[in-house]
Amino acid sequence: MTTTTTYQQPNAQGYYGKFGGAFIPEMLHRNVEELRSKYLDIIYDAAFQKEFRSLLHDYAGRPTPLYFAQRLSKQYGTNIYLKREDLCHTGAHKVNNTIGQILLAERLGKKRIIAETGAGQHGVATATVCALKGVECIVYMGEKDIERQAPNVARMKMLGATVIPATSGSKTLKDATNEAIRDWINNPVDTHYIIGSVVGPHPYPDMVARFQSVISEEIRWQLKEKTGSELPTHVLACVGGGSNAAGAFYHFLEEPTVQLVAIEAAGNGVHSGLSAATTQLGKPGVLHGSKSLVMQTEDGQVVEPHSISAGLDYPGIGPLHAHLFDSRRGAFLSATDEQALEAAFNLAKKEGIIPALESSHALASLEFLQPESPKPSEAPVPANAKFTKDSTVVVCLSGRGDKDMATYMKAMNIQ
Amino acid sequence: MNRINELFKRKQNGILNVYCTAGYPQLNSTVPVMEALQESGVDMIELGMPYSDPLADGPVIQASSSKALANGMTIARLFEQLRDFRKQVYVPVILMGYMNPVLQYGFEKFCQHAADAPVDGLILPDLPEYEFETEYGPIMQRYGLDFIFLVTPETSEERIRRLDSLSTGFLYAVSSSSTTGKDKDMNAVDNYLQRLQKMQLKNPVLVGFGIKDKPTFQQACSHANGAIIGTAFIKALENTPDVEGTIKKFITDIKS
Repeated sequence: MTTTTTYQQPNAQGYYGKFGGAFIPEMLHRNVEELRSKYLDIIYDAAFQKEFRSLLHDYAGRPTPLYFAQRLSKQYGTNIYLKREDLCHTGAHKVNNTIGQILLAERLGKKRIIAETGAGQHGVATATVCALKGVECIVYMGEKDIERQAPNVARMKMLGATVIPATSGSKTLKDATNEAIRDWINNPVDTHYIIGSVVGPHPYPDMVARFQSVISEEIRWQLKEKTGSELPTHVLACVGGGSNAAGAFYHFLEEPTVQLVAIEAAGNGVHSGLSAATTQLGKPGVLHGSKSLVMQTEDGQVVEPHSISAGLDYPGIGPLHAHLFDSRRGAFLSATDEQALEAAFNLAKKEGIIPALESSHALASLEFLQPESPKPSEAPVPANAKFTKDSTVVVCLSGRGDKDMATYMKAMNIQ
Repeated sequence: MNRINELFKRKQNGILNVYCTAGYPQLNSTVPVMEALQESGVDMIELGMPYSDPLADGPVIQASSSKALANGMTIARLFEQLRDFRKQVYVPVILMGYMNPVLQYGFEKFCQHAADAPVDGLILPDLPEYEFETEYGPIMQRYGLDFIFLVTPETSEERIRRLDSLSTGFLYAVSSSSTTGKDKDMNAVDNYLQRLQKMQLKNPVLVGFGIKDKPTFQQACSHANGAIIGTAFIKALENTPDVEGTIKKFITDIKS
């Protein structure tokens, strides 16, 4: 089958359809241009690939299992496979990208690494690879998030990173990202910025998607071993910025029979005023260096989103996902805080796996995708997105729930 | 001839351009602050449109933006404030801001209202050259607005020439790779400005970032047509009970 559009590859300026580009001040031009002109040559160099793949295997613990979730499948009347990114070193898929970027930074001769983090998962994954390579690591984290995510702050410090509070603006992930970008502006020569998601100026969205694409690369051969076919009918993943979804979708983007389902955080409800469902609430705009969908006021000021899951609490979305939404290649659903919590407890009891709150949003959408859904989704579910008893549904279980125990404990007290 | 070209034709040295944030310190300070700046003898004004996520700016200017937004400043309100402002303000005025609020307002509508005000040019640091050339530049040209590109010490000579050829009005030389409001090594700045001077660019050059007082202003002016002061001025306005008096003193100290 031929496809007229390619979803995998942005154009030379970094656009996926209408979204992408590199909206950066001149002070960042040299660094971003250096990356843009070199990243593909560096990461497809044989020696790079050898080191990258051996670290993914020996250090991060890849391939991660593709697990047939029998009891969950029975509950929903279909065939559900969990891609166990929660079993990666550091507890989430984030390390796939940080391993790739630290090797890239090394080849660019950079001596200093900066990163932004929300919940702290990307910060921990960055601090981890910096320790591995003996490189200085500075992580920007919103002052409010530092208070909310104390264990991850301690992990980063134990790994030798310096955690700098972002005190500007709303003091959360978007402000941590601003501060990291400002650091890069002020340190243009020796520093590499490891962005944690498929956001930022070109080439970051494409580069991070390529590093995360190992997820769908593995799903294809694992599924072939288990079912005889490389192609599932559905791939489900949660989306904040969208890195685990980009990785889980990547090798299925050009396979039109595979239904891609992205699940955003609805917070208290899409229209409650406390939500992070960017495709439902956002408008085209520019945030952190790329044109995408952005949650903003009528006057173009970026608003603070809300989600129980810090990893989905971002007012933008990667340009690839904005394009998947705009072109309808992907179905974009959302799950509320409450639905995500319910799904987390359900998985724990049905399969003995405690998922991260982020991944729980993807699990929650299984409810909406049933042929006869008792709980309608806030976002309309396209008829062809529903599964049947014969479907093969892969859910990207992007991270484990240890970091969310405080939230789960609170939920148990009130249940 | 527009006000910017007219200014540079008349005066080639020691041009003082001062940045102020619209809607700061009070919502309705925008035009009075510009008037006071003009009366104190500034040659040009860079009027900042506040944004929630100003990437190229340091904490002082971001704080002034947050204050202005809290005061209720919006682009629509700014154009209301600028209605008839040319009865009082005759110096060239450049609007500086970020792409997102401008896109949200509507790029063409924004240019139309800017030209109606009329202001003379735009600085949008996160508008890249590709999008400028293919999409937004022609709109600005249609409304007769200058667009000023930034160059930094990290910008290659080839790229400086290219950005100079795209720029109209003047070229904004960022004194060192940094956000606004950081102290600079003025010797390194000197070398960089001499390099720019030797290139004999099409546009006049104004230096910004790190210019904060008389010595730094004079040094910047020794190899460029003038300089832009932002952070130091905003800092001077913080918590002052007498805005007009503070402005007069601040500018006089620099120009004396």
